[in-house]
Amino acid sequence: MHELAMTQSIIELVEAEARKHGSDRVNTIKLRIGQFTGVVKEALEFSFDVIKHGTMAESAELQIEIVPLRKRCEPCNKVFGGNGDFDFFCPDCNRPAEIVSGRELQIEYIDLA
Amino acid sequence: MHRIEVGSNILQANEEIALENKEVFRRHGIFVVNVMSAPGAGKTSVLEETIKRMKSSYNIGVIEGDLHTTIDSDRISALGVPAFQITTGAVCHLDARMIHNAFHGFKLEGLDLLFIENVGNLVCPAEFYLGEDLRVMVFSTVEGADKPKKYPVMFHEAEAVLLNKVDLVPYSGVALDELINNVLDVNPDANIFPTSCRTEEGIDLWTDWLTHRIEISRPANEAAKTTVAQHRG
Repeated sequence: MHELAMTQSIIELVEAEARKHGSDRVNTIKLRIGQFTGVVKEALEFSFDVIKHGTMAESAELQIEIVPLRKRCEPCNKVFGGNGDFDFFCPDCNRPAEIVSGRELQIEYIDLA
Repeated sequence: MHRIEVGSNILQANEEIALENKEVFRRHGIFVVNVMSAPGAGKTSVLEETIKRMKSSYNIGVIEGDLHTTIDSDRISALGVPAFQITTGAVCHLDARMIHNAFHGFKLEGLDLLFIENVGNLVCPAEFYLGEDLRVMVFSTVEGADKPKKYPVMFHEAEAVLLNKVDLVPYSGVALDELINNVLDVNPDANIFPTSCRTEEGIDLWTDWLTHRIEISRPANEAAKTTVAQHRG
């Protein structure tokens, strides 16, 4: 349940951001979570519901976008993946590829009241 | 209502503390290895064998992470190496702050190699950078050849993967070749070492690689990093 620790961080970051902009209530929190992380969307939502009470995010809607795992083969200049496959070899030349997306753990934006 | 673009990493606070840890380690000249695995894969046994072979060359310390008990740090202390136990209670991974707090109770002076044995867990520890130089994963072959596909993140994040309890392969029916291929599928650059702490198979290959890996990381040798030998089973 490292999602609980992550949710704690999310709320701390969001509250700091809200304070910076002179607000004390957050309406929306939009997250981008990579498919290739150890984070489970449902566990994150559950943790958020547990932890949000008494914070500025108490009535906020949590929106989670899952970012697919994509890889790039540099020699072929080919980006592949996005189909839930965790294979790191280029389908064309069979050389190892680099991750271009899918490792995100990001707060994209928040909407303030 | 107005929208604020944030763009922050959720684990930013952890990353910042991890970088502070890294700087503390650098100032002390300590090479730090984060050892991760599922519970019972043999992390502590691997560390015992590793320490026996390397303690004449390095001043070694160990930070142990467990939910409860000091069993692991007691085993390490028995080898004459300083060990510090972090008991996380219910937390399933070590984070950078726990390591930072350990500095108050654990003397870094005089060490040049520190192992951090993470909490046994195949998922969470991979997301929390602690400030280490090297990530190592210990995987027990009896857990099954399919696990690298099912839990790919930790396998991907590890620079070296020890396939431990390889002496049990004849009894467990696990196909070692298939397991190695599955590790390489999710981590093409993995340095893979089939090991057994009972027969000591593969342990010397692993400690030789680790010694080489530490030496090429010394500031004067940074440029030689690309010459690390690839051990592929």
